[in-house]
Amino acid sequence: MNTIVAVAKKDLRIEWRTRTLLARVVPFALLVLVLFAVALDSEALLLRAAAGLVWMAMLFSTMLVVQRAFDIETSDAAMDSLLACTAQPSRVFYGKALSLFVQLFALAAVLVTAAVVLYGASVNGNRVVLLVTVVVTATGGLATVGTLYGAVVANMTGRDSLLPLLALPVLAPLLIAASRATEAAFGSQTIDLANGWAWVGVLVVYAIVFGSAGAAAFSPLTESDS
Amino acid sequence: MTSVAGDTAIRLADAVVALGGFPALAGASMSVERGELVALRGANGTGKSTLLRLCAGLVPLARGGATVLGVDLADDRVAVRQLVGLLGHRNGLYAELTCRENVAFTAQLVGASPNDVDDALQRLGIDARVAVTRAGALSAGQRRRTALASLIVRRAQLWLLDEPHAGLDTAARNELDVILRDATRSGATVLYTTHEVDRAGLATPRTVTLSGGCVTSDVSSKFGVAQ
Repeated sequence: MNTIVAVAKKDLRIEWRTRTLLARVVPFALLVLVLFAVALDSEALLLRAAAGLVWMAMLFSTMLVVQRAFDIETSDAAMDSLLACTAQPSRVFYGKALSLFVQLFALAAVLVTAAVVLYGASVNGNRVVLLVTVVVTATGGLATVGTLYGAVVANMTGRDSLLPLLALPVLAPLLIAASRATEAAFGSQTIDLANGWAWVGVLVVYAIVFGSAGAAAFSPLTESDS
Repeated sequence: MTSVAGDTAIRLADAVVALGGFPALAGASMSVERGELVALRGANGTGKSTLLRLCAGLVPLARGGATVLGVDLADDRVAVRQLVGLLGHRNGLYAELTCRENVAFTAQLVGASPNDVDDALQRLGIDARVAVTRAGALSAGQRRRTALASLIVRRAQLWLLDEPHAGLDTAARNELDVILRDATRSGATVLYTTHEVDRAGLATPRTVTLSGGCVTSDVSSKFGVAQ
């Protein structure tokens, strides 16, 4: 647990110093939402598509955050030192995933608020609980998949373009589940609350599967044999 | 884990490490006793760094035998990592963290105390001003010292240093030699690579030379500094 917390705190401290999330990722994600609004130019259509657009913006932004999270490990070969200090690389995986989770959760909060303001989406009553649960579970899935694929491409040439190519197809089920569940939380006519909770179940399973697989695969993925 | 004789820190027997299909280490055999200070010499691409990374458990053994601090690397190379400290060509520092924060992060990972961090910084001559400077703003020599302080704080039984003198001025190089000898006096084993013939011959009691991924000579110098 000490290693997980230490790695997460280290990553968050670096993020706080560099303000990558605040200065680059949040403006980018908000710009995506604004451009969607301009492109669709229909209040009814925007309200219908709000949930999907929020999670599309989250997916694109996740790629930026993940790249940054692994750039700091590879720029001076810090990952080697990190792995040399721990007998359990899975703890490094969970530490980095925890840091990503915190950053992505903050980003999701901003984007959901932006969807309410820009698209007229509304959340009230017990739908708030569903929305918070969706954000927590979907962000957990994004963080674990992001950490796993960030490790896969960390030592590769052209990792900036490889990461989205590899990770986005894997994230498609999460995009669908998170969008549908968020639609229910936004009070869409096309899906009721019960179905929204069913999609949350999918998100929970997704986060657990990738959380476990990522921890198991992290060691062989990050160890250089070349 | 397979144990070897208690006084042996490293034992390689025809060790082969393949990197991308190329045998970077092609049957290297050598033995290093605990508390020894050994220089590894050889031209570029002769397998020096690979030998260090093998001993650190960071690359897999393809063939042959390799036992480090009683751990058989063929069975479990992860187990050896907490016993050794590896300083490669790069320093493994986070540019956005201060010198002290970098060392303290290592300390947290290995369960060392804040006092250990202060001791390590003091031992490396890192003053208060440098300690609060971000690693990205430090000179090459200061970054190297910071990386060495991280190594000290780990209390590694085996120090594996890849060109540790690179980027240091003459005074710092001499200080580093003192630090390495101190480390062996306190029971650690030190294996470092160098291109410098004089440094290997005069500052180190024993010099092992690699060529083509194999050990080609193993010389103990009577001029080497006594431990």
